[in-house]
Amino acid sequence: MHDNEHASHHHEESFISKYIFSLDHKTIGKQFLIYGLIMFFLGGGLALLFRWQLAYPEKPLPIIGASQQYMDEGEVVTGADRMWERIYESEKEEWLEVNMPNGVVEPAFYNMLFTMHATIMVFFVVVPILVGAFGNFLIPLMIGTRDMAFPVLNMLSFWLAVVAAIVMTVGFFVPGGHAAAGWTGYAPLSSDAQWTGVDWGQNLWAISLLIQGFSSLVGSINYITTIINMRAPGMTFFRLPLVVWSLFIVAILLLLAFPVLSSALALLIFDRLAGTTFFTATAEGGGDPLLWQHLFWFFGHPEVYILILPGMGIASELIAVFSRKPIFGYRSMVYAMISIAFLGWIVWGHHMFQSGMRPGLGSVFMTTTMLIAVPSAIKTFNWLGTMFRGAIKFTTPMLHGIAFVSMFVIGGLSGIYMANTPVDIFIHDTYYIVAHIHYVVFGGSLFAIFGGIIFWFPKMYGRYMNDVLSKIHFWLTFVAFNCTFFPMHILGVGGHMRRISNPMQYEFLQGFEGMNIFITMSAFTLGFAQLILVFNFFWSIYRGKVAEQNPWQVTTLEWEAPTPVPHGNFGQIPTVYRGPYEYSVPGEEHDWTPQAQPEHAPATSGD
Amino acid sequence: MLQWLPENVSTFGQSVDSLFYGIYYLTLVVFILVMGTLIVFLIKYRHQEGKRADYIEGSTTLEITWTAATTVIVFGLAMLSYPQWNNIKSPTQFPENPDVVVQVSGKQFNWDMTYPGPDNEFGTDDDLDLENELHVPINAVVHIRLTAEDVIHSFFVPQLRLKQDALPNRFIDVWFEATKAGRYEIPCAELCGFGHSGMLGYLNVHTQDDYDAWVQERWPQ
Repeated sequence: MHDNEHASHHHEESFISKYIFSLDHKTIGKQFLIYGLIMFFLGGGLALLFRWQLAYPEKPLPIIGASQQYMDEGEVVTGADRMWERIYESEKEEWLEVNMPNGVVEPAFYNMLFTMHATIMVFFVVVPILVGAFGNFLIPLMIGTRDMAFPVLNMLSFWLAVVAAIVMTVGFFVPGGHAAAGWTGYAPLSSDAQWTGVDWGQNLWAISLLIQGFSSLVGSINYITTIINMRAPGMTFFRLPLVVWSLFIVAILLLLAFPVLSSALALLIFDRLAGTTFFTATAEGGGDPLLWQHLFWFFGHPEVYILILPGMGIASELIAVFSRKPIFGYRSMVYAMISIAFLGWIVWGHHMFQSGMRPGLGSVFMTTTMLIAVPSAIKTFNWLGTMFRGAIKFTTPMLHGIAFVSMFVIGGLSGIYMANTPVDIFIHDTYYIVAHIHYVVFGGSLFAIFGGIIFWFPKMYGRYMNDVLSKIHFWLTFVAFNCTFFPMHILGVGGHMRRISNPMQYEFLQGFEGMNIFITMSAFTLGFAQLILVFNFFWSIYRGKVAEQNPWQVTTLEWEAPTPVPHGNFGQIPTVYRGPYEYSVPGEEHDWTPQAQPEHAPATSGD
Repeated sequence: MLQWLPENVSTFGQSVDSLFYGIYYLTLVVFILVMGTLIVFLIKYRHQEGKRADYIEGSTTLEITWTAATTVIVFGLAMLSYPQWNNIKSPTQFPENPDVVVQVSGKQFNWDMTYPGPDNEFGTDDDLDLENELHVPINAVVHIRLTAEDVIHSFFVPQLRLKQDALPNRFIDVWFEATKAGRYEIPCAELCGFGHSGMLGYLNVHTQDDYDAWVQERWPQ
């Protein structure tokens, strides 16, 4: 092995090879994290724009919107009016003029906003942070190796993601606007420009996701190889921390799922640019719009588990560490994750109950979908079991871990309604679905992400994040999140369709105006609360309190490495003697027994 | 929460609502139990000076118990739901000899309704085309041949508890029997383009007399 070579190289690195085209897994992980946080603001900002429209349909946006006098009489009153005056006077068609004249969101622009909000959040925020950032930073450190198996591929994975993000961003500024067929891109709306008027926007959307697919593919091959081949001596599979297990399973899902999306995207591009009809039914035969849905959701459902499994892994770490107890039922936690990953392949049809798919298939997919409740329940009960008779410390990461479990319970239970085919007839394509996905992916994954950032920050940057700011951020986020998304269940029960830009056009939705305003106010609070996190993050990189090597008293290997972690991670590769959650072992002096601590007493781990 | 459900006016709507209520109470109980346990644990097992956590690695009995219990509950729920689902959506189980047959076609951004007329055949001279207005009699079995002209739309009548996507070049059969006269909205529930919001038709459920009068007016004999 090349044990000590790496350690001696890092002095000669230039700025570019150290911070830009870095081969070091830790730097690449941090790059993915900052990339994800930047895109998080873009995706969140889009959401605030369309939330405004839902609360105050056809009213100008605050600050940049024109005043009433200006819209009625053309009288320039405010600074914003002057801006609009200039825009209307200019010769060329300005972007703002096309998409939101006077600051009022146009219906086509509205469709683009929610399409891009979801696309960016799913593909450019949650996956890059959970898999790209945590995967890269944690895997080599937690399995006890010096770097990823293929450092160059690793760098390629990040820079492909950057190219994808640039292509995706360019789409906002092409004529015809960005993709506006929903993040699910249902054909034929997406496959023929005549139905939306969106031209290159949809093409760039598809091309960007193809590139992002390559990035994920390259990354997942790397993760799988690294975890299989490069574990430290003694690190058996059943001594891997659960977060590594979750990332391992997710890497396999990514490897198998993304090519399906890539194929569908390639066919979509052919349909749009080469005149094929894979997704269009023509009188002469041709393709089928349902083919797109099958391909998309065959990828899309495993994708949903890609978004939540690493969150489960992170939450497991946080809950064990701060309950000072072993994970309750470690092996059943692993098997539950494997079951979820496996079942994820045979449930895609539950997105298509009302699509015109044969009703008999609906019954089959209802059964498989309901089965997912089983491993989900196992995980939830095991998290509770982990806290049972523990010594729970309410640190900020732990608060996020507890929030994850609570929100996941709500998101999991609301899933049962949708899995049930008769009930789904009513709530399909309503805000009930929007509530559910946000409880799983925001309430679940994002709380895990926040908790994980605060928890591993001392290892990443050698400093703590400011705890007062972190706590304010947590409570604001927790309250505003629930105020934003819980009422959406009620909208769904009322039959409020998703993806409509103006609910006030419908008689039966008149009673929901107040609720929509409340949701929008909460969403703005939620959005602005995230500024605290980002300020805290960047401020703490330079000004945070300096952290010791193992501030939370954790057993796993990443805390054996010196802080800040040098190139090559460990002076000497540690040897692993026990499982990852040896907390409060009877007879031990401390309430944590590190994985790498040589045995001096009879082994306590099951392995 | 379920008082927000719109009034149900279809024969099968009650079975959808019963399942909705059943799952609501089931999930509510589970939610209260899990959250209650969590809160008790958080208070009772909070860190206290000089007190150490108990070293517990798990319990096979408990794992088997909750795995089995969850499996039984979800299978039971699925069993209860198959007949209702088939009753609403499987064409082989639809009530035969419908009183009214209508073709509904979604196109950006309207619902086109086509009545076959007295000869009960589509594509003949006595067909009647209406934009966004569907007329049916009360307490009568209505069959709809659902299709679309351009992109996917979704035929949604909240009060009937009925939703079905409409696909271009495909005819999907749906049925309903309305139990209360009135005028109900038919929004499009599937994103279909910039005019999706506001794509809206109306279902007019008439008393038998009113419906007969409407038919008489359209096809005078």
